[in-house]
Amino acid sequence: MKPPTDLLAAPVLDVPADDASAVENPTVGIDQSAGDFTYDVKYEFDAGNGLSEDVIRYISSVKKEADWILEFRLKAYQTFLAKPMPTHWATKDLENIDFNKIRYYLSQGTKPKRTWDEVPDDIKRTFERLGIPEQERKFLAGVEAQFDSEAAYSNVKDIVAKQGVIFCNSTEALREHPELFRKWFGKVIPTGDNKFSALNSAVFSGGSFIYVPKGVKVAMPLQAYFRINAENFGQFERTLIIADEGAEVTYMEGCTAPKFSTSTLHSAVVELVALKGAKIQYITVQNWANNVFNLVTKRAIAMEDAEVKWIDCNIGSRLTMKYPGVILKGKRARGEVISIALANDGQHQDTGAKMIHAADDTTSVIVAKSISVGQGRSTYRGVVHIPKHLKGCKNNTECDALLINSNSRTDTYPAIVVRGDTHAVQHEASVSKVSEDMIFYMQQRGLTEAQAMSLAVNGFVNDLVRQFPMEYSVELKRLIDLEMEGSVG
Amino acid sequence: MPSLEIRDLFVALAATPDKPIVKGLNLTIRTGEVHAIMGPNGTGKSTLSKAIAGHPDYVITSGDVILDGKSILEMEPDERARAGLFLAFQYPSEIPGVSIANFLRAAVQARLAEGEELDATAYYKRLYSKMDMLKIDRKFTSRSVNEGFSGGEKKRCEILQMAMLEPTFALMDETDSGLDIDALRIVAEGVEAMRGDKLGVLLITHYQRLLDYIVPDFVHVMYDGRIVKSGDKTLALELEAKGYDWVKQELAATTA
Ligand SMILES: Nc1ncnc2c1ncn2[C@@H]1O[C@H](COP(=O)(O)OP(=O)(O)OP(=O)(O)O)[C@@H](O)[C@H]1O
Ligand SMILES: [Mg+2]
Repeated sequence: MKPPTDLLAAPVLDVPADDASAVENPTVGIDQSAGDFTYDVKYEFDAGNGLSEDVIRYISSVKKEADWILEFRLKAYQTFLAKPMPTHWATKDLENIDFNKIRYYLSQGTKPKRTWDEVPDDIKRTFERLGIPEQERKFLAGVEAQFDSEAAYSNVKDIVAKQGVIFCNSTEALREHPELFRKWFGKVIPTGDNKFSALNSAVFSGGSFIYVPKGVKVAMPLQAYFRINAENFGQFERTLIIADEGAEVTYMEGCTAPKFSTSTLHSAVVELVALKGAKIQYITVQNWANNVFNLVTKRAIAMEDAEVKWIDCNIGSRLTMKYPGVILKGKRARGEVISIALANDGQHQDTGAKMIHAADDTTSVIVAKSISVGQGRSTYRGVVHIPKHLKGCKNNTECDALLINSNSRTDTYPAIVVRGDTHAVQHEASVSKVSEDMIFYMQQRGLTEAQAMSLAVNGFVNDLVRQFPMEYSVELKRLIDLEMEGSVG
Repeated sequence: MPSLEIRDLFVALAATPDKPIVKGLNLTIRTGEVHAIMGPNGTGKSTLSKAIAGHPDYVITSGDVILDGKSILEMEPDERARAGLFLAFQYPSEIPGVSIANFLRAAVQARLAEGEELDATAYYKRLYSKMDMLKIDRKFTSRSVNEGFSGGEKKRCEILQMAMLEPTFALMDETDSGLDIDALRIVAEGVEAMRGDKLGVLLITHYQRLLDYIVPDFVHVMYDGRIVKSGDKTLALELEAKGYDWVKQELAATTA
C-alpha cells in the first residue's frame, strides 16, 4: 500500500488495457443473465490487502472525510478487534474468513457519474450485461450502481428529485448532507452490535443514502445494485434510508459477483428510519456467488404509525447470516419480515428476523420460507421481544421449510420472549418434502426433473412472491430456475 | 400406424428386483384402439402403468417397451411424456402453490421447440374450452394442482391434462373410481371426444359401467402379473356377471 497522496495520481493495479475482443469474448457461451463473469478493471485507488489503522486512514483520506468520521472509523476498528467471532452460536465456517487477505478498498474514484455515457467502459459493460440501465429506463425512479467500493453511477429521475428526494451514496451524503446523515447514522445499529457491524463501521464505503421529505410518496422504486468485481475483495456498503413523516418509499437491491476460487466478504450495514406514519419497503434479492461470505446487519426503527417491511430473498452466497429487524418504537408501528432462503449444495443460509416491540399496540409479522437442496443447509433464527410493561402487541411468526432430498438440513431457532398478558402471539412452523412421487408426476407431464423441482420450489414460495413487485418476482423465479438447473446432474 | 408394444415385460420394485410384480406381460396397443385391462386388486395393473411411464420405484428386469419402433426404457420419464405417453394416475400428486393454469402452461411449453414461446391467449382459450367440455369450473385454473381436491375432482383434472397435452398413448389407471354418476358420464364423454385414430388408450378399470360409455375394442384380464385372457367387450360383461374365480379356475385347468 502506498501513502494516499501518491495514490491520488497513479493507478496501483497494473492491468493491461482491454482490447476490443475482450469486450465480446466473455459473453460467448455463458448465460448472460447470470452474474458469473468478470472483466479486467483499472483501479485508481487500492488499499491493498489486510486491515490496519493505516488502511482506515487511507480510505478516509481518499474520500476526503471530516475528522469525526475518521474518529468514528478508528473507534469502530478497536471494537472490531475486541469482539470475538460469534462461533459459539453461529457456524464455525466464519473462522475461514482471512481478514488479512481481504482487500478493503478498491475504486476508480469517489464521484459517481450521472449518465451511463460517462461511466468508464470497463465498468459500464458489466452493468449493461446485468441489465441495469435497461431496468432503470423501464421502471425505476433512481439507480445507484456500486462497483467494488464506490458507486460508478448514481442518478435519480427528475420528477423524484423535484419532490426533494435525496438519493446518493454514503460518501456523497457525508459531504453534502452531513447534518441529516449524522443524525441517524449508527443510531439504529450501533457499531458494537456485532463483530461485522463494527468492521463495516470501520471501513464502510458506498451504499445508499436516501431521504424522503415529509408526505412525499415515491411512486416507483429506487434501486441499488452491488457488484463485486475483484478477487479477495471485501464490500462494506453502508445504507441509511430516512422516510420523514408520512413519506413512502420502496428500495430494492440486487447483487452479484463472479465465482472466484478464493472467498469474498460482503458485510453491509443497513439502517432504516421510518418517522411518524412513514412507510418503507426494502427488497433484497441476494445472488452472490457461492464463495461469498454475506454477513449483513439490517435494522429499522419505526415511529408512531410507521410501517417497515423487509423482503429478503437469499439465493446465493457460501454463508449468509442476516436477520433484518424492526424496532417498533412508536405506538401502532408495524414491522414485517418476509424471508426466502434457498440453500443449495455448499451453501448455508442462516437467516431470520428480529422484532423488538417498544411501544403499545405494535404489530410484527415474520414469514420465513427456506428451501434446502442436496447438502444445502438452512437455519431460521428469530427474535421477538415484547416486554412486560407494554399493552396490545401482536406478533405472528410462520416458518416453513422445504427439503429437496434427504440430506438437506434445516434448523429453526425461534426465540419468542413475550411478557405481559395483553399480547397476541402466534407461531407456526412446518417442514415439508418434495416427494419423489411429486417430481415424477410433473415429469410425467413433460417437465424435466430440474423444471419440476423449480416448479415445486416456486409453488412453495408462491404466496409470498405474489406480494413482490412484478419485476422482482420474475427475477426471483429466474434465479430459482437457474439454481434448480444446477442442482440436477 | 404408431404403436405401443409391451414385450414380455418383467417389473419389480427397485428395492426387491428378484421379486417380480409384473411377470412376462405382452400387449400391443395401436392408435385408434381402446384396450381395457381388468383384474383383481394387487395383480400389478398400476405397477405396469407406472413402470411404463418410468417411475423410479420400479425396475424393468427384462422385456421391453417399444414406442413407435423405439425402446423407451432408457428414456427419462419426461422424455417418454414428450414422446407422447400420458399416464392418468390412480392417485394423482398434489403440487402446493402451483396453479393448474401455470402447471399446464409449463407442460405445454415443454413440448414446444427451443426458443418458441407459447401464445398465452390461444392457450387460455383452449384451456377454457377443455374445462367447459369436462364441466370444470373456471375457478379451478387458479387452484393449486390437486391440492384439497375431492377424489372426483382429481380424476377430472387428470382428464383435463390429458385433453390439453394430446398424447398418442394414454394409460388411464382407474380414472372412473371416485367419480359420481354424472361425473363418470362427463369424463367418459371427454375421453370419447378424444378418441380417434390419433390416440391409443389403455384403460385400467374394475367396473363394467365405464365400458358402457367408453366401449373398448379389446378387454384383457390381468392376473398375477400377466394377461391371462383377452377378448372383446363381451368379456367385461362376462367378468361382471361371474367374477374372477371363473378365470382363475380356467387358468388352473390349463396350467395343470
Ligand atoms: N411402491 C410400492 N411399494 C411396495 N409395494 C408395492 C409398490 N408398488 C406396488 N407394490 C405391490 O405390488 C403389488 C401390485 O400393486 P399394484 O398397485 O400394481 O396393483 P393393482 O393391480 O394396481 O391393484 P388395485 O386394483 O388395487 O389398484 C401389490 O402387492 C402392491 O402392494
Ligand atoms: Mg392400481
